[in-house]
Amino acid sequence: MVIIQNIGSYFLMLSKVFTRFSRWSVMKDLIIREVDSLIIRSVGIVSFISFFVGGVVAIQTALNLTNPLLPKNLIGFATRQSIILEFAPTFISVIMAGKVGSYITSSLGTMKVTEQIDALKVMGINTYNYLIFPKVIAMLFYPFIITISMFLGIFGGYMASIYGGFCTSSEFVEGIQLEFIPYHVSYAFVKTSFFAFILATVPSYHGYFLKGGALDVGKASTTSFVWTSVIIIITNYIITQLLLT
Amino acid sequence: MITIEKLCKSFEGVDVLADISTQFDQGKTNLIIGQSGSGKTVLLKCILGLFEKDSGKIYFGDQSLQNMDEKERSILRQEMGMVFQGSALFDSMTVEENIMFPMRMLTQKSFEEMRSRANEVIQRVNLINANKKLPSEISGGMQKRVAIARAIVMNPKYLFCDEPNSGLDPKTSTLIDNLIQEITKEFQITTVINTHDMNSVMEIGEKVVFLENGRKGWEGSNKEVFYTENESVANFIYSSNLFKKVREVYQKKN
Repeated sequence: MVIIQNIGSYFLMLSKVFTRFSRWSVMKDLIIREVDSLIIRSVGIVSFISFFVGGVVAIQTALNLTNPLLPKNLIGFATRQSIILEFAPTFISVIMAGKVGSYITSSLGTMKVTEQIDALKVMGINTYNYLIFPKVIAMLFYPFIITISMFLGIFGGYMASIYGGFCTSSEFVEGIQLEFIPYHVSYAFVKTSFFAFILATVPSYHGYFLKGGALDVGKASTTSFVWTSVIIIITNYIITQLLLT
Repeated sequence: MITIEKLCKSFEGVDVLADISTQFDQGKTNLIIGQSGSGKTVLLKCILGLFEKDSGKIYFGDQSLQNMDEKERSILRQEMGMVFQGSALFDSMTVEENIMFPMRMLTQKSFEEMRSRANEVIQRVNLINANKKLPSEISGGMQKRVAIARAIVMNPKYLFCDEPNSGLDPKTSTLIDNLIQEITKEFQITTVINTHDMNSVMEIGEKVVFLENGRKGWEGSNKEVFYTENESVANFIYSSNLFKKVREVYQKKN
């Protein structure tokens, strides 16, 4: 029952985010600030994780290719497929649910606890639009992060394969070109867009409707991470069923 | 003027406000007093529309809050200023930006006009050399002044203060009380203050509404407080020996 109530509240919140817009001069500054907080400041950790996970994928693939009849270019092929189809869009989004999600929940939750949201309401401002809309717009740049992740993941795989002595440069490059289906990239970016919206709105819901004090801000951040991850995983399954089968 | 008629509010079946009727006059400092948990903050938030009441009516002048949709309430709220208990200043903005914020959001003024108006109210509340500081860099008393400045920058018709003296030393408390009263007189605002500070009652309580377990226990002025025979009010206000003595001396004199 509580879950149904929460789902209802979430969609009611969304309907209010896209009404009674704050003025552009204010909104512009907020969007720029959110792009910096949510996107630019995530590039470092995403790059780091992508590079090394790409390397690990390549090494594990290489170590499992025990049959001498299997060509070495499969290392590049498997790395590309893993990174583009799953790792970059989904795994990075789950990581971002921890980083960006808890930032959004804790910042809105703190505003709620310290009555800053009430202060905005008393001024006659549509708090949903003022606080959540800039985050949704900032997350439109999220595919930019996923592009970096895809590139660095494959590059990490390349470096690990070459310097680990698992295959030659030409074999790896031949592998990443093998049976390349551009639609897979489109599929990855379609689900990235859905995840971006989830990453902006689900943690906002948990922060905005927080009840209690400072301790509850921490609890809400954890709950927000769990639910954002669960929703991303379920959405991933549904989109994959719809677009790839 | 704000009129409240038979206001009721409950949370999960527990009555927090029951049958409250009263009137807050324009140009006066109206105080809501009562013990912690008596429903003061809930009453204030119901008046502001932050909590939906269960029943009853609230009028701002001749405008009825219950007949308004969200957009009309937003317009009415632009005539309200609120000083929150914890000041509720925006952490990421400087003092000047906090005060300019309502103008940025709700008016068409140029940046220079907004800054000029912000500096007017900054001077009015005696904030010195704090324009570029963040809320975390100033004292609690100064934060309250910033909150008052932000609340009055749009020339509101209604000013609400939720425990404006909490966490302040007695001298600063008196300064804040006097400042609110001066502003109320100067701009003929309807001011409603939520407090359990007895100095405030004595100093600026032109009208005092006493809440007891969510019901209106008594109402009158700070002068009438000295002669009230209502036991609950007397027990609440004259709970300390100092105030008992003050009452005795006042009654002997008059």
